[in-house]
Amino acid sequence: MNAPPKAIAGVSTFVDDRIGAGNFLKRNMRKIFPDHWSFLLGEIALYSFIILLLTGTFLTFWFKPSMGEVTYTGNYAPLYGVKMSEAYASALHISFDVRGGLLIRQIHHWAALLFVGGMMVHMLRIFFTGAYRKPRELNWIIGILLLSLALFEGLTGYSLPDDLLSGAGLRITQGVLLAIPIVGTYLQFFLFGGEYPGHDVISRFYTIHILLIPGILLALISAHMILMWVQKHTQMPGKNRTEKNVVGAPFYPAFMIKSGAFFLFTFGVIALLGTFAQINPIWLFGPYTPADISAGSQPDFYMGFLEGALRIMPAWEINFLGHTLTLSVLIPALVPLGIIMTGLALYPFLEQWITGDRREHHVADRPRNNPHRTSIGMAGITFYGILWLLGANDEISANFYIDLYTTTWFGRIAIFVGPAIAYWITYRICIGLQRKDAEVLSHGVESGVIKRLPNGQYIEIHTPPAEDIAEHIRGKKEIPVLEGSEDGEGIPPKGARGPLGRLRTKMSRAYGTDHVPLTDGHHEVGHEEEHAGVGAGDRKELH
Amino acid sequence: MTEQNEYPESGRVPTRVLGTPPADAPIVDTDPIRAPEGDPGVIPPDPVKARKAERLVALLFLITFLSGAGFIASYVIFQVGTIDKTAASNYALGGTLALALLSLAAGLVVWVRQIMPKYNLIQERHEMRSDDEARGYVKETFLQGAEESGFLKHGLLRRTLLLAAAPLGLAPLVLLKDLGPLPGTALRHTVWGEPTKDGKPRRLVVEGTGQPIRAADFNSPGGILSVVPEGYEEDLNVLAKATLILIKFRPEELKSGTNLNWTHDGIVAYSKICTHVGCPAALYEQTTHHILCPCHQSTFDAADGAKVVFGPAARPLPQLPIGIDEEGYLVAKSDFKVPVGPSFWERGDAEAEVREKAS
Repeated sequence: MNAPPKAIAGVSTFVDDRIGAGNFLKRNMRKIFPDHWSFLLGEIALYSFIILLLTGTFLTFWFKPSMGEVTYTGNYAPLYGVKMSEAYASALHISFDVRGGLLIRQIHHWAALLFVGGMMVHMLRIFFTGAYRKPRELNWIIGILLLSLALFEGLTGYSLPDDLLSGAGLRITQGVLLAIPIVGTYLQFFLFGGEYPGHDVISRFYTIHILLIPGILLALISAHMILMWVQKHTQMPGKNRTEKNVVGAPFYPAFMIKSGAFFLFTFGVIALLGTFAQINPIWLFGPYTPADISAGSQPDFYMGFLEGALRIMPAWEINFLGHTLTLSVLIPALVPLGIIMTGLALYPFLEQWITGDRREHHVADRPRNNPHRTSIGMAGITFYGILWLLGANDEISANFYIDLYTTTWFGRIAIFVGPAIAYWITYRICIGLQRKDAEVLSHGVESGVIKRLPNGQYIEIHTPPAEDIAEHIRGKKEIPVLEGSEDGEGIPPKGARGPLGRLRTKMSRAYGTDHVPLTDGHHEVGHEEEHAGVGAGDRKELH
Repeated sequence: MTEQNEYPESGRVPTRVLGTPPADAPIVDTDPIRAPEGDPGVIPPDPVKARKAERLVALLFLITFLSGAGFIASYVIFQVGTIDKTAASNYALGGTLALALLSLAAGLVVWVRQIMPKYNLIQERHEMRSDDEARGYVKETFLQGAEESGFLKHGLLRRTLLLAAAPLGLAPLVLLKDLGPLPGTALRHTVWGEPTKDGKPRRLVVEGTGQPIRAADFNSPGGILSVVPEGYEEDLNVLAKATLILIKFRPEELKSGTNLNWTHDGIVAYSKICTHVGCPAALYEQTTHHILCPCHQSTFDAADGAKVVFGPAARPLPQLPIGIDEEGYLVAKSDFKVPVGPSFWERGDAEAEVREKAS
């Protein structure tokens, strides 16, 4: 093909004449994108969001966000003639009277789970590879905002159908709002338009769910994408890959088509889930009434950690001067969320403060090569995971025949002990993996060839590792350590004086010190003796 | 690009002549893309494999076409209505949709991997920061603009602008006031304290059926009944505070925590609304008399004034004083003495106040 077809050329000329799009395309069509499976995790979240917008729009065509009472006369026989809110009736209508309605509802719910789940694993990838480091701190913070907003978006979403389960979530939301000191009661009355449940909360949540938060999400996601595009993607360490370049495939055509295919994969898998994995069968729960609840009520998975925190918190309420401070609600509602979100948001800056590293980083770390960061991350996952698990302690108790209160007590202890254990184990694993790397570089890999030496000794011959593996291992970067040691005259440098400065220096040394420095692999002659794998020749035990 | 001039002596004329950047000025990514040394960078596919892959891709695209057509057919063929019909429609629509999407995706991936070349191209990156010249230019321009605007020089302007902005900034917050009424003492009362229209004490009726409860008939030790106020059986705002659980005890089972004056013939009424965050405490264990809230497992001892025996709730479920009317039906003798449901800031230690009053 020597010239583009007329249809394309004509349109392109028309557009370029008017907005000069050619200049943009000239610079960006062959933009290079690096390849690694873990770079696809964020795309899952992105595509789930697109699916959410599409399916959500479909649902709004039938959903009626009203708490007005109607008598159900739709196709679902078991609830025929039952009084319920218009919201619940319309959600039933979508499920049973609109062709494809149930499918789209279930796809919407599954996509929401995948959206949050995708963001979480994407964030973990960024964290463990240090891809949040300069210059990407802003995008990291946008990501944290996206995750926080998504939690709220999910809460407002699953409250909308106004079934018995979603009502339980609303009731807990109300109880938590009431616990806020000074303004809590007012916030509750303003949100619900008076006493709980009132007649307004569904329509208010609807506006928040379909307009306000999606709008902000869309804006933030666009900013996230633009920053990623401008800053170029990080890459894994490897051959030819440096801090000054990016190695991979061009956007047009390879990356573009791969991304399109990945969107379709995501959509296809969510469609499979929406078809065959029933989710939120609201018709089984019945309409909401604050007088009833079903046992085993669970929120969506991303709210589980808050639920677990509420469950393991011991009773604690302080009364003073005629006022009540409900710490048994306030602490679990605010502290875990605060620790996780604030900790994540501040981590890039804390790390910079400890290491004194102000350089740009574009080559991702392998998690083992920054053992303290990886251990902190695993401790965080354990903290979150224990809370999440305990959010379902009634199910665990029922299915595994464990005493309910035992699970609660386990949680109360594990929430403190678990992260510490996870930290220690992860640290040891990281150091172990580093040693393995160092061994691969200095001794090579086992070749599977056994050689018998003249003295009768058997050894396995090691060969140097494949080039790409070796380059991948050699990509290990030293973590800078603050210069905190006293100089010749016994005076520590400025900034390392005072207790905070000394702590900083100490932490920097612990954080950055490389316990397993890599030695370059050089295979000397006669080196083989060190690799004796089988039966050392000098052991002559005759029986 | 920009042309730098020396600062003129006067300092009042513009210090720089602003040029227009050329249309193709770099914004992002002007770097040439090159292949690594000793590597073609773009590695053409194996023609044999590519031919095989082409047939596979075509097959996958054909499957997409068929399942897409199947989706449309399913929409027409499968009607919804009953549970079974809806399920059939759901499987047909979802199955065809998923198959269409997945085979299209698979086709594209095979296309990229087997028919397109493999790429190993290199593009340079640069530090994100602008060079010093650009930074200096921006700084100068900013200062010049600030000077030109007069914002710095005219203090009155500055202060009145801030003054003008303050009420406008508050306006949206003020507008939100009518989102809801002020709480007042609403959370302290339930309808149990209000007599019915004809001035009689309010009867306890069974949730769901609305039947009043004759004390003599409620004779099931170990049983638990969900109870709502007569006349408000379907008012959710009322139910959110006034729903009760009714339990009958043998006299010897009741312990000191339960106020016997508020019981009738061993029948005790507690608020069903959990004092933790307000879920209905709906589970009851007969042997231990424990009431359990299924949300966060706060456990209350029903025989002992519903005091907390486990879980995050800090206060017992409030007890409602009950008696019988002239026809023998259970009625509320008064409202709860303490606010029901979750704690709130203004609540205070209502239990202690009640104890003080009693002594």
